[in-house]
Amino acid sequence: MTRKAGLPEQPAATGPAAGAAPGGTAPAALRAHSPEVSAARARRWGSLYFAEHVLRVMKSYGWTIVMYGVGQPVAYLFAMGVGLATLVDTNSEAGFGGVSYLTFIAPALLISAAVMTAANEFTFPVMDGFKWRRIYFGPHASPLTPEQIALGQIIAVTVRFLVQSAIYFAVVALFGAAPSGWGWVSILVATLSGLSFGLPLMAYAASIKEDKGQFAMVMRFIVMPLFLFSGTFFPLDTLPLAVRWIGWISPIWHGTELGRVFSYGYEEPPLLTILHLVFLLALTVAGWVLTKRQFIKRMGG
Amino acid sequence: MIRVPELVSKEESPAKEASQKDASVSSPAESGPPQYVITAENLTKRYGDVVAVDGISFSVPAGEAFGLLGPNGAGKSTTMKMIGGVSQRTSGSLSIMGLDPDQNGPEVRAHLGVVPQQDNLDEELKVRDNLLVYGRYFGLPMSYLRPKADELLEFAQLTDKAKSKVDALSGGMKRRLTIARSLINEPRILLLDEPTTGLDPQARHILWDRLFRLKEQGVTLILTTHYMDEAEQLCDRLIVVDKGRIMAEGSPASLIREYSTREVLELRFGSERNATVGTELEGIGERLETLPDRVLIYAHDGEAALEEVSARGLHPVTSLVRRSSLEDVFLRLTGRSLVD
Amino acid sequence: MSALTTSHSATEAARNRKFGPLYSRNVRAVVARGLMATKSSNWMVMLSGFFEPVLYLISMGVGLGAIVGTVQGPGGGEISYAAYIAPALLAVSAMNGAVYDSTWNVFFKMNFAKLYQGMLYTSLGPLDVAMGEIFLALLRGLMYATGFTAVMGLMGLITTPWAILMIPAAVLIAFGFASFGMGITSFMKTFQQMDWINFFMLPMFLFSATFYPLSVYPQYIQWLIQAMPLWHGVELLRQISVGIFTPATAVHVGYYLVMIAFGVLLTTGRLRRLFLK
Repeated sequence: MTRKAGLPEQPAATGPAAGAAPGGTAPAALRAHSPEVSAARARRWGSLYFAEHVLRVMKSYGWTIVMYGVGQPVAYLFAMGVGLATLVDTNSEAGFGGVSYLTFIAPALLISAAVMTAANEFTFPVMDGFKWRRIYFGPHASPLTPEQIALGQIIAVTVRFLVQSAIYFAVVALFGAAPSGWGWVSILVATLSGLSFGLPLMAYAASIKEDKGQFAMVMRFIVMPLFLFSGTFFPLDTLPLAVRWIGWISPIWHGTELGRVFSYGYEEPPLLTILHLVFLLALTVAGWVLTKRQFIKRMGG
Repeated sequence: MIRVPELVSKEESPAKEASQKDASVSSPAESGPPQYVITAENLTKRYGDVVAVDGISFSVPAGEAFGLLGPNGAGKSTTMKMIGGVSQRTSGSLSIMGLDPDQNGPEVRAHLGVVPQQDNLDEELKVRDNLLVYGRYFGLPMSYLRPKADELLEFAQLTDKAKSKVDALSGGMKRRLTIARSLINEPRILLLDEPTTGLDPQARHILWDRLFRLKEQGVTLILTTHYMDEAEQLCDRLIVVDKGRIMAEGSPASLIREYSTREVLELRFGSERNATVGTELEGIGERLETLPDRVLIYAHDGEAALEEVSARGLHPVTSLVRRSSLEDVFLRLTGRSLVD
Repeated sequence: MSALTTSHSATEAARNRKFGPLYSRNVRAVVARGLMATKSSNWMVMLSGFFEPVLYLISMGVGLGAIVGTVQGPGGGEISYAAYIAPALLAVSAMNGAVYDSTWNVFFKMNFAKLYQGMLYTSLGPLDVAMGEIFLALLRGLMYATGFTAVMGLMGLITTPWAILMIPAAVLIAFGFASFGMGITSFMKTFQQMDWINFFMLPMFLFSATFYPLSVYPQYIQWLIQAMPLWHGVELLRQISVGIFTPATAVHVGYYLVMIAFGVLLTTGRLRRLFLK
C-alpha cells in the first residue's frame, strides 16, 4: 500500500483506486495512491520528476557527455596550455598577469565547455520535446505543468554542468593550474554561465515550429564567435575594438573573467566583478521568464 | 486498476461496483443514478477565427465507453485535449470528476490516463523505463512502480521486450506500450485519441481486447476514432461530431435504427449507367443513394428489394445485400465529400 | 512492351559491366539530385561552413598573433603567426567539411532519410551513389577553399603565386577524408557511434602542428602525429603557402593518394556487402 501518512483525511477508501478492488481477491494488491495524492505531489515536486526523466536519458549517453564535457576541454588544455604555451610563454612573459598561459586559459576553457554544452542541451532536446518525438507531451498529459517541464529540463542540465565542471576542475587542479583556494567557485561560475547563455537560447528553441537548420546557425554564428572572441586564448584587450565588443556581450567573457578572479586571483576592479555577476544573473533570469512563457504558450493553447 | 484477468469473475461485477463508487466521489451530494464523471455544457474552443468546437454538450457516466466519431478536423482531438486539461476552453463549462480542468489542471490530469493520437514515448529509454519514468510524474514510489510496470508489460504483451529500446518496437507494440503507460497511475478514466490508427488488423484486435478488459474492470473509456467497426465494437454510446457540432448521439444500434435502415442493397451497373438508372429504381426501399461506382438502396429487407429490381427488368453487374452499419450512419450525417 | 525490353537489356548491360550491378556509370544523376537539393536547402547553413576557419584565423591570427609575434615557417624563414596557422586552418576545414559530408550527412541519408534505398531501386548502383556524394562534398570543399584563400589574400598573408595551388591541394585532402569517411560510416549503427568520429577528429585538429610546431613534443609523440593524415595536409599546405618544396612534399601528396585509393576500395567493398547481399 502506498497511501502515505500525512494525507489520512482523503475521501478515504472511496478513492477511485480503492473502489476497484473487489473484497480481497487480489492478495496484497498493488495499489497506486489516489489521484489527489498524485496531484499534490506533482504540484510540489513535479519539476524534479521531469528532471529525473531527463537525467535517466542522459545516463544512456553518459560516455558522450564525459567525452564532450570533459575530454574536449582537457584536449584543448593540453594543446593550448602545454603545446601552444611554448610559443606564448617565451614570447611574452608578462602578457597574462604574471601567471602561466595554462593557468590563464584553464578557467576560460571551463566556461566555454559549459556554454557549448548549453548550446546542445537547450536546443536539440527542446526541439525533440516539442516537435521531433514530442517527448514533452507525455508528461504534459500527466499532472505536471508546462513550467515544471521546462524547469525539470533546466535542473537536469544544471546537474550536468555541475558534474562535468567538477571533473574538469579536478583535472585543472591536478595540472596545478588553479593556484587560488577559491578555484572551486569557478565550477559554480561555469554553471551560471551555461544557464545565462542557455536559457535565452531555450526560449528561442521552444519558439521554433519548423526545423530549418537554425541550431547549426546558432552554433556557427553565435557560439563559435563567442568562443573565439571572448578573451579565451588571449586577453580581450589585444583585439581591435571592431571585434572587442563581442566579448562585452558574451556570457563566456563575463564568466571567464569571473572564473579567473576565483581561480588565480586575477585583479580587476571589484565593480567589474559585480558587473560580470549581474550580467550573468540578468541573462539567466530573463531567459527563464521567456522560456516559461514560451512553454506555457506552446502547451496551453 | 489492472488485475490478472483470471482473477476477475463475473459474479463480482467489479465494473458496476467501481463505477458507483466513482460517481459518489465526483458528486457526493447527489444521490441516485446517473452520476457523471465528465460533464460538458456548451463547450467551445476557438483558435483565432476558427471555431474548432462549437458549443457541444454531453455527459459521461462512470464505467461507460463513450465515443467521439467524426471526420478529420471535426473537433474530436480538441475536445479530448480540453478534457485532458491541456487546452483551455474558450467558453462553456467542463467538469471532470467535479473539477474544472482549466482551474485544476494537475488535479484533473491525476485522474486520467491518456493515449495521444501520436505516440510520444521516449525512444532513448528502454521499454520498461518508459513506464517507470511516467509513473514518477504522478509521484508514485519505485516500490510500487517496479512490480506495476512488470504487470502492465504483461498486460500489453510486451514482457519479453522490457529491456528493448523503444525504437525497436513495431507500431502496434508502441501503441500497446503507450496504453500500458497510460495505466501506470491506475486511472479510472482513460482518454484514447484514435488508438488504432495505422495498425494492422491483428494489432487492432489485440488492442480492442485489452480495452475491453479495462472496460470490464469499470474504467471509463473516452475514445475518438474514425473507424466505424471500432466504435461499434467498443462504444456503449457515442456522439457523431462534424464541424465542431454534435450531429447525433446514442448507442451504435440506436443510431443505425434512427439514421439508416436494417439492410442495404448495393448495386453496380457499370460506371456509365449508375447515374442514369436512378429514376428507374424510384420507389424501391426507403431511400436511394447514387454514387459514381454504385447505387445504394436502403431497405428493411434487402433481398425483397433486389427481387423488385429484377422484376423491373434491371440487371445489375453485381449486387450485394448487407446489414446497415455505423458507416452508413456516419456518411449520411457527415457527407461523402473529402475533408482535409 | 518496349519499356520491358529496354529494362531487360539494361539489366543485361549491367551484368556485363566491369563492376556489374555496383556501378551504372550514372554518377551524374546523383550529383544532379544533390545540386537540386542544395538549391532548396538553407543557403546560410551552407555559407556558414566557410566562416568557421575565417573566424579562427581572425581570432587566433590577430588576437594571439599580437602576443606570439613571428614564428619559424617552412624553410626556416620567420613568418607572422597568422601566416603560420592560415594554411593549417585551411587543411582542417577541408578535413572537417569532407568528414561531415561523408559521415554525418551520409549516415543520416542512409539510416533516416532512406535516400539511398530509394536511389538503389532505380538503375543506379551503390558506387554511383558513393561517387556522387563524394563529388558533391569535393565541390563544396573547392568553394570553401577558394573563399578561404581569397580571405588570406585580403589579409596580406599570401606572398607567393604558388599559394594558388593550396586550392587543389585542399581538394586532395578533402578527397582523402571523404573517401575514407564514407567507408567508416558504413560500419556505424547509432548516433552515439557517430560521436566517436568527433572524438578522433578533435585531438587530430589540436595536435597536428596546427597552432605550434611539432618540435614541442617528445620524439615518440611526433611519430604518432606524423602517422596521422591531418599532419600531412597541414604540412603540405604550409609548404605551398610559402612556395618552398622539399622531398617531403612528395611524401605528403603520396600519403593522400594512398588514402584515396584505400578509402575508395573500402567504401566500394562495404557498399557491396551492405546493398548487394
